[in-house]
Amino acid sequence: MSDGVTAMHAIARTDVEDFLFAEAELLDEWRLPEWLELFTDDAIYYVPATDLAVDASPDNNLFYVADDRFRLSERVKRLMKRTAHAEFPHSRTRHLVSNVRIRKQIGDDIEVSSAFITYRTKDGVTDTYFGSNRYRLVPGSGSFRIKEKRCLLDSEGLRAQGRVSIIL
Amino acid sequence: MNAFQRMNTALMIDEGKKIFKVSRRAFVDPDILEAERAQIFDKCWLYLGHSSELAKPGDFVTRSVGGRNILFARDGKGNLKAMLNTCPHRGAQVCREKHGSAKSFQCFYHGWVFGLDGTLRSQPGEASYAEDFKERSTSNMQQVARFESYRDLNFICFDKDVESLSDYLGPVKEYLDVICDQAEMGMTIVGGTQEYSMRANWKLLTENSIDGYHALTTHATYLDYLKSATGALAQVAFEGSARDLGKGHAVLEYKAPWGRPVAQWIPSWGEEGKHELTRLYDGLVKRFGKERADRIATFNRNLFIFPNLVINDIMAVTVRTYYPAAPDFMNISAWALAPKEETEWARKYRLFNFLEFLGPGGFATPDDVEALEQCQRGFRNSAEAQWNDISKGMGKENPSYDDELQMRAFWSNWNEHIFRVPA
Repeated sequence: MSDGVTAMHAIARTDVEDFLFAEAELLDEWRLPEWLELFTDDAIYYVPATDLAVDASPDNNLFYVADDRFRLSERVKRLMKRTAHAEFPHSRTRHLVSNVRIRKQIGDDIEVSSAFITYRTKDGVTDTYFGSNRYRLVPGSGSFRIKEKRCLLDSEGLRAQGRVSIIL
Repeated sequence: MNAFQRMNTALMIDEGKKIFKVSRRAFVDPDILEAERAQIFDKCWLYLGHSSELAKPGDFVTRSVGGRNILFARDGKGNLKAMLNTCPHRGAQVCREKHGSAKSFQCFYHGWVFGLDGTLRSQPGEASYAEDFKERSTSNMQQVARFESYRDLNFICFDKDVESLSDYLGPVKEYLDVICDQAEMGMTIVGGTQEYSMRANWKLLTENSIDGYHALTTHATYLDYLKSATGALAQVAFEGSARDLGKGHAVLEYKAPWGRPVAQWIPSWGEEGKHELTRLYDGLVKRFGKERADRIATFNRNLFIFPNLVINDIMAVTVRTYYPAAPDFMNISAWALAPKEETEWARKYRLFNFLEFLGPGGFATPDDVEALEQCQRGFRNSAEAQWNDISKGMGKENPSYDDELQMRAFWSNWNEHIFRVPA
């Protein structure tokens, strides 16, 4: 048995769930600068177009969102401004996280999947985003950091929602 | 009523006093939408798709265009076909996938099988049909009345008597040439479709797509971002002009400080990028001479093709089309267009650029969505607050890219279609 598998067995699903629930809470409370701190310095955050393969690359496919760590920090900066008109005043959101699974070990990291439903309400209109998130998490000092978050929407495009102005 | 206020028009125009107003009724009235369907979407050339989306025989996409369900396919001989996606038998949609590759199309309801060009091949219980049943054209899937192309951009029209696509586009073609000439091997649609919507009238997106005036306020955070990203800006000022291209078509052509993958370098693209862009630019000079190469490489174009096609050649190239579902709701589809022969480096940075600004997850489009939805909300007051003003730049000899000439061009043509009186 390799060290990797030992490490994976040492991580309980409930630990991962606690982390993902805490992430959801930061998003719902609009504590985005704190949320950003969950990410590693080389992290990526992707929301692919919904007519692509699940492992498509943003280098040669059109996504909705394909942020490196710098652009993710700029996204957070933007969303905290009054001039981010789509989110001013801030919409109210509720990120529900479920079906959490530890998929595999990649070196010291783990790959995790979860199902999500996120409600966003603003100006009397409520939109629903649903799908799965695939994370690459880096375990360390009792918690995790996010190296990759790939948000796979199950809807056909964003026909109903119109935009992904919030973080999913 | 004022002298310039005519009956049967949505416009209030007085060139001398520099007045150009649009009735807000045009954005809310269901009767107007019905007239738009009959007099615009049933009569004008509409964008269907790009030839590159159907690379080989058997490739197909299904798409909603002008309220119809269209099956767009490449047949066995390599010809492109635009068919009404409905079974000639009892009406069911024949192809139910969004895209794919097929050898034939089968309607699952009674099992009729059609060739890639829509010709009936077989149906269960053939012996019970007339002997010449398969020879009748009415047994085949119906082709759209008109189907024509320009530079791999494919258009359809439901009016068989419409003028040719070439005549319809007129001076637009020259701008399409400038955009498509950035590629040596032709342009291609990159994988992935952005499909979104807005709770707003479709004409608001026409205005917004060719509006150079809103950038500084609506897109303040995008410009903040460019300023805070190291080396994301070229030493180039916003400067340019607008042109009315007739028949409701219009274009903005201007310089802007963002990086262009063909070919305006910004410092953050580094030495590798500089090398690549110099190579692309030199290639353009060789093919077209310096003047045209400069125009292709360093000028941006927001091109509007009446009634609902936008091709913006800006920090990336986007093709965008949109249709009303209701007076206050539209569906939008957007694609990225790129040179086929582009290197991995250029494709990557093109798409990185695209997402920075464009699309419903970008740093700019969500704020456009918000602006247009807020306009639609404002129109709830249209019984009292009746008029939009689009007079900026009237009377100027050379209207600026941030004037509103291009919107007046759209609305004048729209008004002719709806009220059948020249504005």
